[in-house]
Amino acid sequence: MAKRLRRHVILMTATAGSGHPGGSLSAADIVTCLYFKVMRHDPTNPKWADRDRFILSKGHAAPILYAALAESGYFPIDELCTLRKLGSRLQGHTDMTLTPGVEMSAGSLGQGLSFGIGVALAARLDNRDYHVYVMLGDGECDEGQVWEAAMFAAHHKIDNLTAIVDHNGIQLDGTCCEIMNLTPLADKWRAFNWSVIEIDGHNISQILAALQNAREAKGQPVVIIAHTVKGKGVSFMENSVDFHGKAPSPAEAEQALKELA
Amino acid sequence: MTAYAELSTREAYGRFLVELGKNNSDIVVLDADLSRSTMTKYFAQAFPERFIQCGLAEQNMIGIAAGLAASGKVPFVSTFAVFAACRCFDQVRVSIAQPGLNVKIVATHGGITVGEDGASHHAIEDLALYCALPGFTVIVPADSIETIRAVEVAAVTKGPFYIRLGRPKFPTIYSSDYRFEVGKAVTLRDGDDATIIACGIMVSKAIEAADRLSKQGISCRILSMPTLKPLDNSSIVKAAVETGGIVVAEEHLLDGGLGSRVAQVVASNAPVPMQFIGLRTYAKSGKAEELLEQHGLTASSIEEAVRTVISKKSRL
Repeated sequence: MAKRLRRHVILMTATAGSGHPGGSLSAADIVTCLYFKVMRHDPTNPKWADRDRFILSKGHAAPILYAALAESGYFPIDELCTLRKLGSRLQGHTDMTLTPGVEMSAGSLGQGLSFGIGVALAARLDNRDYHVYVMLGDGECDEGQVWEAAMFAAHHKIDNLTAIVDHNGIQLDGTCCEIMNLTPLADKWRAFNWSVIEIDGHNISQILAALQNAREAKGQPVVIIAHTVKGKGVSFMENSVDFHGKAPSPAEAEQALKELA
Repeated sequence: MTAYAELSTREAYGRFLVELGKNNSDIVVLDADLSRSTMTKYFAQAFPERFIQCGLAEQNMIGIAAGLAASGKVPFVSTFAVFAACRCFDQVRVSIAQPGLNVKIVATHGGITVGEDGASHHAIEDLALYCALPGFTVIVPADSIETIRAVEVAAVTKGPFYIRLGRPKFPTIYSSDYRFEVGKAVTLRDGDDATIIACGIMVSKAIEAADRLSKQGISCRILSMPTLKPLDNSSIVKAAVETGGIVVAEEHLLDGGLGSRVAQVVASNAPVPMQFIGLRTYAKSGKAEELLEQHGLTASSIEEAVRTVISKKSRL
């Protein structure tokens, strides 16, 4: 399924002629595990009060979320090719008012963890047992709001929320090490009183185990730092700064689809 | 029954929130370490499980409120107006305004009547910023009665609200049976020589000015305009047509607040001479009344502005 989602990402961004394939491909395996193995959700009832929530804070990775939603049955797979077009329900960055299954309007980085905390607090107030998953980018961790939210979640012992950092090491202008060094990222989260699980974000069994452990943890929020490869699955996109925010050309898309066959 | 008329707008808000909370268990209140000043402390005492202390982190607070609203809660978010508008504008824009979420931002300490704390604490750009957000309802109550009525309506009206309150006690304008309607002006005095349109603390100054002018044989209509967005266009056009001149008074920069919004309506529908009372730049520390005087936010300034529009009118 992850491979199918990756193919959708290539086709969608190539058809749109713009978009962010790199960070969509790095997140593909985690998103696949969430939507097809872990989360309690019902595509025929996107507003089901007891559903688990996936909040994509790195809103530019919208293509991978749209692919997962379409394959889950939230809307027709054919609709994926409307990405970024006038009148489409699939906006360049996520829009919760338009797309069935999208939980948050994102695009300005750093806001999703706060939003997720609000959703998690609502569960606490209403005695619901849903779980909230928030995916952040590593470059996104430059934003101060992420750490405001991190401090809050630990102080208030928000344990029905799991943060996942898609740590692909590359942001728009270059590598995270060059642009704004996050190291030591795990220690930063620990210092904010989070429990940290580090995994290979492309190893399905590690992803599933981490998500399971995070969900069972009590009294403390959990962050999964998923070490990933930007552009994972397409040789010439892997670890490429260029493919953060550039769509593949028709020829590149053809090559990519061959590799993902 | 609390005697709300005797209280400052923020004190009235804080006490009234407790009443609202009794009747609606979906109401949650968020504050950023200012609950003793915004007066959400009363709600915190009454409903500790529904009070969310965010610490000094307004951006995070806005995001949390958005998540709560997306999950069916009715969050009231309070902090000082400077922080509610300027510190977290992008968070309000993306997390609340764009999805149109049901968040009520009730900011206290609006304008220069904050006084001694000085320029960093004087919110004089907040109305321009919130009025620039599509879908937001923006309200500036004139007294504590209007405050509680506006808060009451906001709690049961879907969509994002920004309500700006003050630090000091405002003169009482309304009686306790006052009914507030979103987007409706209130005609406090009728008259046909000119119209004064005002919000917040300037409503009391408008009344003072109109009373003085009346003794000199000039009859002014006063439109109290608590809702800056959506604006009561029909009352404005009617006032322009029937009185032929308009003065707008607000405790805010002249850029982008009530005055420029009213001017847009007047210019598009019924151009008449207008004058504007408001701030031109940042104020410094001082007592509230001293600052109002220093920056010309006074009944005398309004009086003079009315004379100016009347003289321009006669030259048309």
